[in-house]
Amino acid sequence: MNQSILNVKVWRGTQDGGFVEYKVPRAANQTVLDVVTYIQRKLDPTLSYRFACRVGMCGSCAMTVNGKARWTCRTHVAKIADSDTLEIAPLDNLPIIKDLATDMTEFFDKMSKAVGYFKGEQTRHDDFAKVKPDSEERQLANAGIECIGCGVCYASCEVVSARESYLGPAALNRAWTLVNDERDSQQLDRLRAVAGDAGCHSCHTQGTCSERCPKQIEPTAGIAGLKKIVGRAAVMGSKWGKL
Amino acid sequence: MGQAVSSVAILQAKLWYYQRISAMVLALCVAVHLIIIYIAVQDGLTANEILGRTRGNWGFALFYEIFVLACFVHAPIGLANILRENIQNAFLNRALPLLLAALILILGTMAVIGVVWGQP
Repeated sequence: MNQSILNVKVWRGTQDGGFVEYKVPRAANQTVLDVVTYIQRKLDPTLSYRFACRVGMCGSCAMTVNGKARWTCRTHVAKIADSDTLEIAPLDNLPIIKDLATDMTEFFDKMSKAVGYFKGEQTRHDDFAKVKPDSEERQLANAGIECIGCGVCYASCEVVSARESYLGPAALNRAWTLVNDERDSQQLDRLRAVAGDAGCHSCHTQGTCSERCPKQIEPTAGIAGLKKIVGRAAVMGSKWGKL
Repeated sequence: MGQAVSSVAILQAKLWYYQRISAMVLALCVAVHLIIIYIAVQDGLTANEILGRTRGNWGFALFYEIFVLACFVHAPIGLANILRENIQNAFLNRALPLLLAALILILGTMAVIGVVWGQP
């Protein structure tokens, strides 16, 4: 085992592509994104991948590393490579554009389908809405609000793999944070949008999304909350009305 | 079309809720049932001995009929979910859960009638 050289298998091409092996010198505190960048800048400039901030804020650089979806800019090679090999592929459950770049259109469209956007009723002439920081709703929203939209949960979800229409953990987590936003005025539309098999009720509660979320969000917990609130709203109604 | 899809989704949400409530009832019923079994076999296990205790016992009939009804709600919804995820056959996806529901209700109720009002 040569510790100073890393053998990196990188996915090249589209769905029908394959792995190509590169040799990359190891360095202290090297991240997986550093490895990919080295390959593109020093070994093969035709390699396509996506990144922006490099500090875990933008959610652009997620890839499948040694079989698991991860944010590559904050993943140290030393922490995940058992030997001197690394396998880097594009995210699962998304169409590949080229090499390590996936088409995330569907992923973001599903956020809209889950009514994952805020709409209030107040205008600039109204006073500020006062949300108590320690209220239960605010606390529940806080737990899911730091999502950076990296797609790691979506790529890791077994239900997304099996059911194309399933909204997925990120969109449902976003819906859950908004269900807990007392200022939002489209709650019934949102509950309808996330109901049933294409929505929260087909989650198997396997928890891979929660396990892999780089921001330690637990979409599984939010989805469980949605299941309960939507189920109850369908049978007995909710504070916003009946579905 | 959008309205139709939405009403199916809301039916699925309702079924999820019914399954969840019936699961709570079942959890309680199974626990009580296990305790009953434990007590019932203390002095041996014969048909006469069991029927001696259950015959004419309305409380026993009520408890086990609730148990049957909870199964009747819970199991077919679960089977329908499994079928919907694994086989693409609209007829079977509807027929098998209905058949299971009918079997649980009929056989379960017959069993309750049998132990409460039947002859040994």
